[in-house]
Amino acid sequence: MFITYLTRELKNRRRQTSIVAIGMALAIALVIVVNAVAGGVKTAQASALSSVYGVGTDITVTQATTTSSSGTQQFRFGAGAGSTSGGTRSFNSAQLRTARGVTAFATTAVTKVAATGGVKAATGVLSLQSTTFSGRTPTQSSGSGAGGTPQTRPTDGTSAGGPSSFGIDSTSVLGYDVSASTAVGPLSSTTLKSGRMLTAADTGKNLAVLDSDYATSASKKVGSTVTIDGKAFTVVGIVKSTSATGASASNVYIPLDTAQKLSGETAKVTTVYVQATSASQIPAVQTALQTALGASMTVNTQAGLASTVTGSVSTAATLAQNLGLWLSILVLAAAFLLAVLFTVSGVTRRTREFGTLKAIGWTNRRVVGQVAGESVVQGLLGGAIGVALGLAAIEVVNLLHPTLTASASTGAAGGPGGPGGFARVATSAASIALSLPITAPVLGLAVALAILGGLIAGAFGGWRATRLRPAAALRSVA
Amino acid sequence: MYQLTGIGKTYKQGPRIVTALKDVDLTIEDGDHIAIQGQTGGGKSTLLQLLGALDRPSTGSILLDGKDLARSGDAELGRVRARRIGFVFQGFNLIPTLTAQENVETALAPLGVGTAARRRRAAEALASVGLDSRASHLPSELSGGQQQRVAIARALVKDPSVLLADEPTGALDEDTRNDIIELLERIRSERGITLVVVTHDSWVARRAQRRLQLRAGVLTERPVAAQRVG
Repeated sequence: MFITYLTRELKNRRRQTSIVAIGMALAIALVIVVNAVAGGVKTAQASALSSVYGVGTDITVTQATTTSSSGTQQFRFGAGAGSTSGGTRSFNSAQLRTARGVTAFATTAVTKVAATGGVKAATGVLSLQSTTFSGRTPTQSSGSGAGGTPQTRPTDGTSAGGPSSFGIDSTSVLGYDVSASTAVGPLSSTTLKSGRMLTAADTGKNLAVLDSDYATSASKKVGSTVTIDGKAFTVVGIVKSTSATGASASNVYIPLDTAQKLSGETAKVTTVYVQATSASQIPAVQTALQTALGASMTVNTQAGLASTVTGSVSTAATLAQNLGLWLSILVLAAAFLLAVLFTVSGVTRRTREFGTLKAIGWTNRRVVGQVAGESVVQGLLGGAIGVALGLAAIEVVNLLHPTLTASASTGAAGGPGGPGGFARVATSAASIALSLPITAPVLGLAVALAILGGLIAGAFGGWRATRLRPAAALRSVA
Repeated sequence: MYQLTGIGKTYKQGPRIVTALKDVDLTIEDGDHIAIQGQTGGGKSTLLQLLGALDRPSTGSILLDGKDLARSGDAELGRVRARRIGFVFQGFNLIPTLTAQENVETALAPLGVGTAARRRRAAEALASVGLDSRASHLPSELSGGQQQRVAIARALVKDPSVLLADEPTGALDEDTRNDIIELLERIRSERGITLVVVTHDSWVARRAQRRLQLRAGVLTERPVAAQRVG
């Protein structure tokens, strides 16, 4: 009886059923798409982060930068610097120093981190920037410029404003502990493309592993040499990033002690990568590390690191989290309201019908059950259409593969630039194809919302129906 | 069967209090055939609703086989309506989306009758009013007389002890009216149930054993001799 009556009523009120179901469907579809976009963006953020921080890094430790420590990069040449040939003086100078905005700190911090409870693994790296300046000036002008300081350019382009020409070549260099596991740290998100990785036996040697993109652009392969701070390093391996961003954290990877020695940052690192024993331990470990290391150190979790991802992926994340969320709530509220209004109006229109049913002995419970049943089925119908619409929209997005740009950086968050300010190094910028995931919890949420919408509408309709006294209901239409 | 004592019923209409019934005393025996007549707004339908446990009086008591309906809760009144009272309305009040058979079955739904028994009893009830061939038709596909027969079948399917009819022929032509009244009388005599009919139609009223008159909420019963003179 219940099913027969319910289906007949819904069929008879096709227009109302369609309006309520479509409203619910749009809301449900929006919820699914917004959740999928949020999931896709989160994956893209994680992908951007993994290229820099590596897979499995839960926490990073850096030191907030001060202006004095970052300084301005300058090359100084004496009056007799360079070599003169044919009326032209040539200059060539190289520097290896911690990257702009990054502060090195004692490796004792790595020991402290590793000894902290809840820490599964920790490794320290030294992020450096190798910069080579080369240029030439006419000898006739060199006299007046003796002791002068050619200003570096922010790019490595060549000046072309006169007879002089200057060029700057910049390469990121990462010194890492070759005796430690690479399961945590930047190299965890790379695979060996050719050659071999550095091992404990390579400690103190001038050997290097290159990022494959850099190797391609610099035409280097295993066996080639790269020059860092005027020293030749033999390339023993080439690694490729496993993240969607394509590029790994650094152009060149060398043994940590070699990097420390060349840069003059003896027994110092710039970042400590930490893996917690479990995800639930991360907040506690963060607090413990902050306490152990002091306020001068910046301890960031993955959640905090996500905020360092910039580019259109960040914009998409903001849209999904703010606009998408509120739009979903708004449309959902509108759909629920529509369902409630139509249900209450339907009950009012069926006053005589419900009055008659009560007159022949139907209880309030049975009448409310009938009204609520009709509403829930309407909601489920809308939910089913909404799920189909949402899945179709996700499929379309996945087919279109919209590309988002993402840029993630290592380095201290804080300092003069504020959180995520200029205190960065080892920036990885890349395009990531947005892929929207379809997850069971989201589909479950959609169905739950559809049922909830139906129940809310049914509750209001049922409440209206229970207030109908049979005699009054019959009298109102007599 | 019914024992009404000192029944009064007032309604609030905005700031106004409307008196529908005043100090009504009435006894109805099992198997009685009673017609209630009176002016529009005289309280006929109100009295029928009180007899049908659709409403409670403002004052007085309504005993139905010893149970006071005036003191019963909503659930108890619902049970009384579901098991003991059959209603027939002027406008038929059928559910427009359900077939004749399904409309009749709605009266058995609150009794917890199983599906098979419900279908069988509804089919028998429809057959008893001569509509077995129209069981699968929607109300909109039936004539007024046929719709009222479906409504009568719905009232009878639960074997009630009393059948209350509010202007059952008010929306019917004369021939159909005669058919419906004859049907109700046949059912009453066959099943021995009590039949109370509210009507404006003197022809219908004259068919009853007892004729009650309601004027401004005051009930009077015409003597049998006067009824015969009509």
